[in-house]
Amino acid sequence: MSDTPQHENGRARAASGARLVALAPYLWLLLFFLVPFVIVLRISVSQPVVAQPPYLPLLDLTQGLSGIASFVSHLTVETYALLFTDVIYMFSYFKSVTVAAISTALLLVVGFPIAYAMARAPRRAQPVLVMLIILPFWTSFLIRIYAWINILQRDGLLNDVLLALGIVSQPLVWLSTDTAIYIGIVYSYLPFMVLPLYAALEKQDESLLEAAADLGCRRWQAFWLVTVPLAMRGVFAGALLCFIPVTGEFVIPDLLGGSDSMMIGQTLWVEFFGNRDWPVAAALAVVLIAVLVMPLTLYERMQQREIEGRR
Amino acid sequence: MRRGLSPFNMVSLAFGLAFLYLPIAILIIYSFNASRLVTVWGGWSLRWYAALIDDSAMLEALWTSLRIAVTSATAATVLGTLAALSLTRYRRFAGRTLFSGMVYAPLVMPEVITGLSLLLLFVALGIDRGFWTVSIAHTTLTMCFVTVIVQSRLATFERSLEEAAMDLGATPLATFRLVTLPLIAPAIAAGWMLAFTLSLDDLVIASFTTGPGATTLPIRIYSEVRLGVKPEINAICTLLIAAVTIGIVTASLIGKRRAARVARGAQG
Repeated sequence: MSDTPQHENGRARAASGARLVALAPYLWLLLFFLVPFVIVLRISVSQPVVAQPPYLPLLDLTQGLSGIASFVSHLTVETYALLFTDVIYMFSYFKSVTVAAISTALLLVVGFPIAYAMARAPRRAQPVLVMLIILPFWTSFLIRIYAWINILQRDGLLNDVLLALGIVSQPLVWLSTDTAIYIGIVYSYLPFMVLPLYAALEKQDESLLEAAADLGCRRWQAFWLVTVPLAMRGVFAGALLCFIPVTGEFVIPDLLGGSDSMMIGQTLWVEFFGNRDWPVAAALAVVLIAVLVMPLTLYERMQQREIEGRR
Repeated sequence: MRRGLSPFNMVSLAFGLAFLYLPIAILIIYSFNASRLVTVWGGWSLRWYAALIDDSAMLEALWTSLRIAVTSATAATVLGTLAALSLTRYRRFAGRTLFSGMVYAPLVMPEVITGLSLLLLFVALGIDRGFWTVSIAHTTLTMCFVTVIVQSRLATFERSLEEAAMDLGATPLATFRLVTLPLIAPAIAAGWMLAFTLSLDDLVIASFTTGPGATTLPIRIYSEVRLGVKPEINAICTLLIAAVTIGIVTASLIGKRRAARVARGAQG
């Protein structure tokens, strides 16, 4: 393309204008996403004071370097020491990661057949099916969890149905159990698992399966050797989209789970709102991010490649 | 992918959709239950909807939530669109990796962390918490969703259209207004709607960043739900579901008509 100087001028101006445009969201995210993390980090190493700033030590910049030195020397890792020695916190992290791992596996088992059936449905029906999977996601999260309380409570519908069918003779306890947590999670996160799986399955080339059949593969062999490996991208995407937020989940275990063992999101909530111990809440958040750093990095890479790969 | 559904496929689809929709259907049906006991069917009735009209705390919470949702969705749409444009158009700039990291991370970041960190920021800055702090928090979260939606539209976008406009002498601003904006408008609209819904839906981040006098609907519903199932809650949930469904159906009908018009225009 032959650019006249005038054009180049215009494009250069457009480029610098657009740089300025990029600045607004950048600054917004720096101020409201990155800076808050720095503050969380700082409060997690502060002396415990109940629910009231200022947090000691104070940073006094007017004293120059000695002010900074005194600030640093007064920071404490006491809160972290507490987290790693108190069984309650460790158990909470362990429970969160376990619940997230099991839920992700359950979501895969439940989601894969649905996504597979969607991909095999007639072309014309597919947008409707996608819409049907997404639609519940648009209704409030809280409402969907609340709907399950209606069903799972002692004299709720699930027990009514089981009693009427004669499967059980006594009403079972569903609410306030880990089973209820898993039901709630699988229900709420299902679209996040099904849609990436469907996207991966739908793109697959039919001729690959024909080739496998021509080479003597049985249908289930072709499924395991061709369809599943090609769907791995979707499996990873879905697993990350579910695992990361479920680890920090608060609403589902709080409303559907029991009070005996708490997930880390609940522990953080209680430390903050109940015990008003902000340094502990901040330290819990820092450790939770540390636990999630690897999946988060993987997810970020994948997102970037996904969107930029389409160009 | 081989077309045609096996019986197993049919069963998985049927079970999947039933699993997704039955709980919502049950909730809606029981909102019309005349009995106060949520589990006993006492015939059809609208009494819980009538009771809602007298529940001024609930209505006030709904009004607060709607104002926050409109404010934050609008701010998020502007910021998110700008972020998407700069990420697609500028392959390299200082801090691009950091920027894209900050765009994708809030999408999956556990809400308790986002909420806590924003609250600590507001406390550090000495800002009174209320309507504006919740709006800022929701803008931060939802702009990232807008960015992803608009970005995926821009990724399939013909740059040559813009270049043609520029070659014909359009200024960058006119090019953006006359070419780029109309082409990405559906994605921007979808982004706004998603941001609006997410804001209306959020409990955790709002709980952290709210203050006196700014109780949002989810916070209100949550405090009622903790005390047990109540038919009034079923009624308000049904109304919200109806509102969202009408919104989505309208949006998709408008989208379809638009697509049909474009198709006719292309033929004629």
